[in-house]
Amino acid sequence: MSPELAAVRPGYDLRVNGIHDMGGMHGFGPVVVETNEPVFHAPWEGRVRALVSLALGSRIANVDAFRHAIERLDPVEYLSAGYYGRWLGALELLVHDWRARGESLETGGADTLRAVATPARFAPGDAVRTRNLQPTGHTRLPGYARGKRGIIARVHPSFVFPDTNAAGLGENPQWVYAVRFDAHELFGTGAEPNACVHIDLFESYLEPEPSDV
Amino acid sequence: MSDHDEHDHDHDHGDHDHEHDPAARRTALRVGALETLLTEKGFVQSAAVDAIIRHYEQDIGPMNGARVVARAWTDPAYKRRLLENATAAVAEFGFGGAQGEHLVAVENGPRVHNVIVCTLCSCYPWPVLGLPPTWYKSPAYRSRVVREPRAVLREMGLELPESVEIRVWDSSAEVRYLVLPEQPADASGLDESALANWVTRDAMIGVGKPHAPERR
Repeated sequence: MSPELAAVRPGYDLRVNGIHDMGGMHGFGPVVVETNEPVFHAPWEGRVRALVSLALGSRIANVDAFRHAIERLDPVEYLSAGYYGRWLGALELLVHDWRARGESLETGGADTLRAVATPARFAPGDAVRTRNLQPTGHTRLPGYARGKRGIIARVHPSFVFPDTNAAGLGENPQWVYAVRFDAHELFGTGAEPNACVHIDLFESYLEPEPSDV
Repeated sequence: MSDHDEHDHDHDHGDHDHEHDPAARRTALRVGALETLLTEKGFVQSAAVDAIIRHYEQDIGPMNGARVVARAWTDPAYKRRLLENATAAVAEFGFGGAQGEHLVAVENGPRVHNVIVCTLCSCYPWPVLGLPPTWYKSPAYRSRVVREPRAVLREMGLELPESVEIRVWDSSAEVRYLVLPEQPADASGLDESALANWVTRDAMIGVGKPHAPERR
């Protein structure tokens, strides 16, 4: 996508290869498990959780714009604010954007399932390759899975396309597929044995790959 | 000690635990400002906020998913329905709603172990598992479990032989995943409600296995 996004939504940030795209990164250390963890660690966390539900339910923004707002946070804030701190920062951005565009509300439904007129392009077992997309804005194609070969494992229903919906450029619903990638395809010769990753990918992220068989 | 001091002391508990931490105070102020604005605009009522908090603290949680798994273990027809259409199958319990609109159950077996993650944010099947634990939302889990699932599972106490294929599911769209773990051999013969106590949250994410409930 192009700089017109910035004109669509004032303050719209074009970053995509952000800190949120963490799959496969090194350096974050061990997974630390908290025992007997409460649902919320402080009362404000619960309030932020509820405010986001009510604000999105009131259609000040759609869920894709919310996820993108989290990605628009400063990377240092992203890592230091914690989960609900990110939700707080994202909601502030969305409220700011909503006021900047004259307080107009979203028109789409709450759910993201949408019928499409065309049949699914791929079927289970089809060999595909992800495009090496580096779009400006929001995407749900993780960086670790760009330009990789996989096999269609499941055909999901068709859904609103987050990449355009987050930017207010329309729902453009597409088929979604669970694509199976061998661990070595994603992470090279050092990958763990006998492992694979399934990633749910929108049809426009994929192109057919000539199969060996 | 004056009444005033006692009053302050009371405020060291509960809602005001972090009142004396400047960063926490700033955060609370930001939340309050947002809530005030959204209330003025008519989007938020205080009672609705409280109801949502209560819902996530009390109504939903892994006990919901545990009932689903226990029924799948004891009722083969239900298990077929769950693997065929998990959204409809969990709706038989009345479970559904946000982040549970499009559920898929993935089944573990002797040769296959499934584990769930969302590398891009922290997508999670709220209606059956509740809100995710902090570790699930952590950069460490999100970055590592796709690259080195065996190492992460081992750290979390689950050692799997190389003969077991590990299938990681990165929930990057609107489908949410629930792992259907294997019924432990030593849990045979128990009824559905007893079995539900064996099913842990971690087993339904795929970072643990079901086990006997701890004695109180």
